[in-house]
Amino acid sequence: MTLPPLDLVAVLAGLLGVLAVASVIGYALQRRLSADGSNVVIENLNDRIRAWWVMVILMGLALMGGRIGVTVFFAFCSFAALREFITLTDTRQGDHWALALAFFVVLPVQYYLIWIDWYGLYAIFIPVYAFLLMPIVAALRGDTDHFLVRIAEVQWALMICVFCTSHVPALLSLDIPGFAGRNVLLIAFLVIVVQISDVLQYVWGKLLGRTRIAPKLSPSKTVEGFLGGALSATAIGAGLSWMTPFSPLEAALLAFVIVVMGFFGGLVMSAIKRDRGVKDWGHLIAGHGGFLDRLDSVLFSAPIFFHLTRFWWSVP
Amino acid sequence: MADVSAGPTETPPPARPRQQRFLARVVGTGVLLFAHFITAVRGKWDGVAPDDEQRIYFANHASHGDFVLVWAVLPPRMRRKTRPVAGADYWLTSALRRFIGRDVFNAVLIERDRVARTSDPIGLMAQALDEGASLILFPEGTRNVTDAPLLPFKSGLYHLARMRRHVSLVPTWIDNLNRVMPKGEFVPIPLICTVTFGAALHMGEGESKQAFLDRAEAALLSLSVKADTP
Repeated sequence: MTLPPLDLVAVLAGLLGVLAVASVIGYALQRRLSADGSNVVIENLNDRIRAWWVMVILMGLALMGGRIGVTVFFAFCSFAALREFITLTDTRQGDHWALALAFFVVLPVQYYLIWIDWYGLYAIFIPVYAFLLMPIVAALRGDTDHFLVRIAEVQWALMICVFCTSHVPALLSLDIPGFAGRNVLLIAFLVIVVQISDVLQYVWGKLLGRTRIAPKLSPSKTVEGFLGGALSATAIGAGLSWMTPFSPLEAALLAFVIVVMGFFGGLVMSAIKRDRGVKDWGHLIAGHGGFLDRLDSVLFSAPIFFHLTRFWWSVP
Repeated sequence: MADVSAGPTETPPPARPRQQRFLARVVGTGVLLFAHFITAVRGKWDGVAPDDEQRIYFANHASHGDFVLVWAVLPPRMRRKTRPVAGADYWLTSALRRFIGRDVFNAVLIERDRVARTSDPIGLMAQALDEGASLILFPEGTRNVTDAPLLPFKSGLYHLARMRRHVSLVPTWIDNLNRVMPKGEFVPIPLICTVTFGAALHMGEGESKQAFLDRAEAALLSLSVKADTP
């Protein structure tokens, strides 16, 4: 096993430092404003910071674990996300085989293809093979009520939760000249930019937010929050170019694309939650909701970031 | 080397030898881990706190896994004292089921067939309560495979509540497990489940059987609505 790149160790140490500062601030705020645990905003902030510790440590361990660590970690994220997504769909007993197939065959096969680095198949396995196979299996059960809606829901769930998520570990297989052995930093770059952008949009929104972007979908998203968060996350992305194969300008452009996709990903997933009448996808991450609540913006940006990087930087 | 044929006849070994108990604990832990993996189950304590008092949790019944989920969300100390009530006609029919029902879950196994039974179900449940156990009870009597949210309750809950008035009756709604494994399927689908505990009931003075059962049904049903809003 090869050692993780030094830059990765530096990045993780930096993140833990940021979290330590956040924890100290959170503690001070709590002492001052919410000594009896009654200030909801402060309590939620501290819940979130605590959950961030767990997420950063788990993610760090996965990235240090190299190819196997990253693949298994994101396979589990896909599983948890798919479990949350399917819970909110209107599937019936007639979809039982199709769903079993989605969880126990399609998901593992997709990650196996990522693992063995078979780009030609993992890029089309779900959009082509699963797309055609799942409705066949559902049709064989003979339940025609809302058939199109049901198979569309399952396919959409697979595309979002498995196909899109799997493009994060797929970054490891890109062959970028002069960057060999350091691909794991592309994942760190993507995830850091997306998550920092989410946090900064939240912060800017709280500070300056006036004009709502989509009051029906997500009342907390504001133009000021989005612009402030997107621009500062783009700047941070440029500042992280040392850990990527990109120049500062390229890193800024890619970070901007990631941030915009992430923002709209959050919006789309909010629309689904709204439609289903829930506030969060699940309850596994205290203060954040479910896996999908934390992953929604990563899912939308991962495939785009993957293909842009593949098209312009990797050699076939 | 001991000579088996010699000497006085040995007394039979204790009913549950150490190895079997150990195996039961391992299997119990495995079942709980599997339940968490598939359902990410979470307990919502809406009307009662997870306090260590003697209770009868009465729940809706749609799947064989129902009591596992209730068990899974109880704090470990309470879990050890809480026994599911289950049908002997199902759990004693094979060696594996007997092992799981008796050894792993320490179920109170009752005979549901009124005509053929040789033991009194209410008596067995009361005895378990007198020994200090809490119970998980499915007052519908059988798995609900209809579209109705609940089947009419059998009278067992009423008789037991009347005989042991001090025990709190906690309505317990298990949400979504029927979709995880509908009747007739054998592969569970991973879906998020919740177990919601409502406010405890006690039987009122002179409350009639039907009034009590109606009240219990309504208390349980009211939780099913809440379960949809996380």
